[in-house]
Amino acid sequence: MRRRTKGLGLWIYTFIALAFLLIPIVYTFVFSFNDSGKLNIAWQGFTLEKWATVCTVQGLCEAFGNSILVGLTSTVLATALGTLIAIALVRYRFKARSAISLLLFLPMATPEVVLGAGLAAQFLTVGVEKGLGTIILAHTMFCISFVVVTVKARVASLDPALEEAGRDLYGSPGQVFWRITFPLLVPGIAAAALLSFALSFDDFIITNFNSGAVDTFPKFIYIAAARGIPAQVNVIASAVFLLAIVLVVVAQVSRAARAKRSSAS
Amino acid sequence: MATSSTKSGASFAESGADLELTGISKRFPGFTAIDSLDLQIPAGSFFALLGPSGCGKTTTLRLVAGLEEPTAGRILIGGKDVTDTKPFQRPVNTVFQSYALFPHMTILENVAFGLRRRRIRDAVAKAHEALALVELDHVSSRRPAQLSGGQQQRVALARAIVNRPALLLLDEPLGALDLKLRRQMQLELKAIQTEVGLTFLHVTHDQEEAMTMADTVAVMNKGRIEQMGAPEELYELPRTAFVANFLGQSNLFTGEVVAATADAITVDVGGVPVVVPRARSQRHSGEVAIGVRPEKVTLLTEAPLPQAGRNVFGPGRVTDVSFSGVSTQYLVEVPGAGELVVFAQNMVFGPVVQVGAEVWLSWNADHGFGLDDDPGTVPRFVPDASTESIAIQRRIALEEELEQA
Repeated sequence: MRRRTKGLGLWIYTFIALAFLLIPIVYTFVFSFNDSGKLNIAWQGFTLEKWATVCTVQGLCEAFGNSILVGLTSTVLATALGTLIAIALVRYRFKARSAISLLLFLPMATPEVVLGAGLAAQFLTVGVEKGLGTIILAHTMFCISFVVVTVKARVASLDPALEEAGRDLYGSPGQVFWRITFPLLVPGIAAAALLSFALSFDDFIITNFNSGAVDTFPKFIYIAAARGIPAQVNVIASAVFLLAIVLVVVAQVSRAARAKRSSAS
Repeated sequence: MATSSTKSGASFAESGADLELTGISKRFPGFTAIDSLDLQIPAGSFFALLGPSGCGKTTTLRLVAGLEEPTAGRILIGGKDVTDTKPFQRPVNTVFQSYALFPHMTILENVAFGLRRRRIRDAVAKAHEALALVELDHVSSRRPAQLSGGQQQRVALARAIVNRPALLLLDEPLGALDLKLRRQMQLELKAIQTEVGLTFLHVTHDQEEAMTMADTVAVMNKGRIEQMGAPEELYELPRTAFVANFLGQSNLFTGEVVAATADAITVDVGGVPVVVPRARSQRHSGEVAIGVRPEKVTLLTEAPLPQAGRNVFGPGRVTDVSFSGVSTQYLVEVPGAGELVVFAQNMVFGPVVQVGAEVWLSWNADHGFGLDDDPGTVPRFVPDASTESIAIQRRIALEEELEQA
């Protein structure tokens, strides 16, 4: 009897915790079908119209496109640079190695407002006009730290003897990197890239300081919030969410299939 | 074509090449791993570098492979100076201690890796051939993680010998295997070496492994080679206390040379004259260190009659008896000479004497040996060789840590 009440308590607790986590997402998704006017706050009835007319809201799709562009570009840059830094930090002994390791943590520890404002001030001093380029620079900067931390863990778990074996088996330095080091680091690099993209796509504070007249998706929502967020914003948010879910499911299924195949052979 | 084929030409070495190290030193910050080492390994031989961990043997191997650069000295393979070349330019392949199989490739891809890098034709066929040699062709499409330790070891071997290197380096390749598998692999490795005729340089801390497999064994200690020779020679006639104790066990004594003839010297060990053949002694006057192997000593329950050509200690008291199947190890405390170890074959059931028994010890004078060490520094008994190596390892670890901090 007591066991049962205990089990019930756990269920209730789990339900509350999940609800707490998921209600905002469910709300966003449901209200993307709201037949609302300018304000998307009260439920007015079901419609698919907002999904069909996403880009009719002025500046929304452009902002979304900017976010994707900035996200992809800064992810590629940050992942490439961060991976190389991570390999250098783990594999080689050089002066100030530990100091660099520590300094790379700073952007993660510094409040975003400070980073954003500081960077904006520097762009002003140097006289760089703010736009997509400055956003990409800013995002690359803070993403590098996360990439380094993620990839470093992977490099550290790699047996140095594997690369030595590659060199011993007539691999030139380039061949050893592309055929041995890189394939073995791919899981870490992929995780770092996903993290970078998510961070960049999400970012509002640093972007707001360094974007000038250019809008990104989060910045668009922030500005729109002043006069009422159109339901099309919910549409885009829901679409991004669904896409992410689909990607995760595909990855999991293919991994399970691969595991099954390799254990069967 | 000479045996000095290089990796740049996409050719196989037709036979093993000889290896020559001259004046090799390797210093790490605050620590000398190898100290002016000279070594010659003839082509086609199975050479073992034996020593405790931290003695510099693995560093020597890495220098030959090109994975480390010597601080001083030259490395010649087949008469060709390769000191300044990169690992992928040397006609050398290594079987790593951890095997270092590429986890993201199949077994076949692992074995064909070296051939493909050198653009050798029929890489796949040759890889299958090498896998067949180690009897693993049936797992060629699997990944390394799906193989057992022994199978991985054989794949690592196939991956190295498929390239027909002039010189094959083996870095404690059997260390991770259990005893039975290790014995089996020792035999297989030896058979493969004979079959392919390559020069093998095998690094190990396992004296039994070195002695069963190698034609020539070099015992290394503190970055230097203590003694080099055929396994029997090293065992029967060790020149230093380190060799005497690292290869098997020894009873060592120190004393003054009190008589010397053309054939033998007599050493006074705590009042007992001990005869050692002159030819088997490194030093012939003054204070010397001498020894005898425990299995050469006979245990007697009665005082033997004096006999020319036999050394006798006793009476002594048995302080410990440990039975190990084929033989029994006795510890005997002899006043004046100290504690001696005796191995006796179990010709009858169980030990012949019990703890506390009064016994005499005797051995053929021809079986003794005289060491080159300074008697003052010779440890009286089996020194804890590992203590030193642990200390060195600790220091290396500490240095690494300090450097990282």
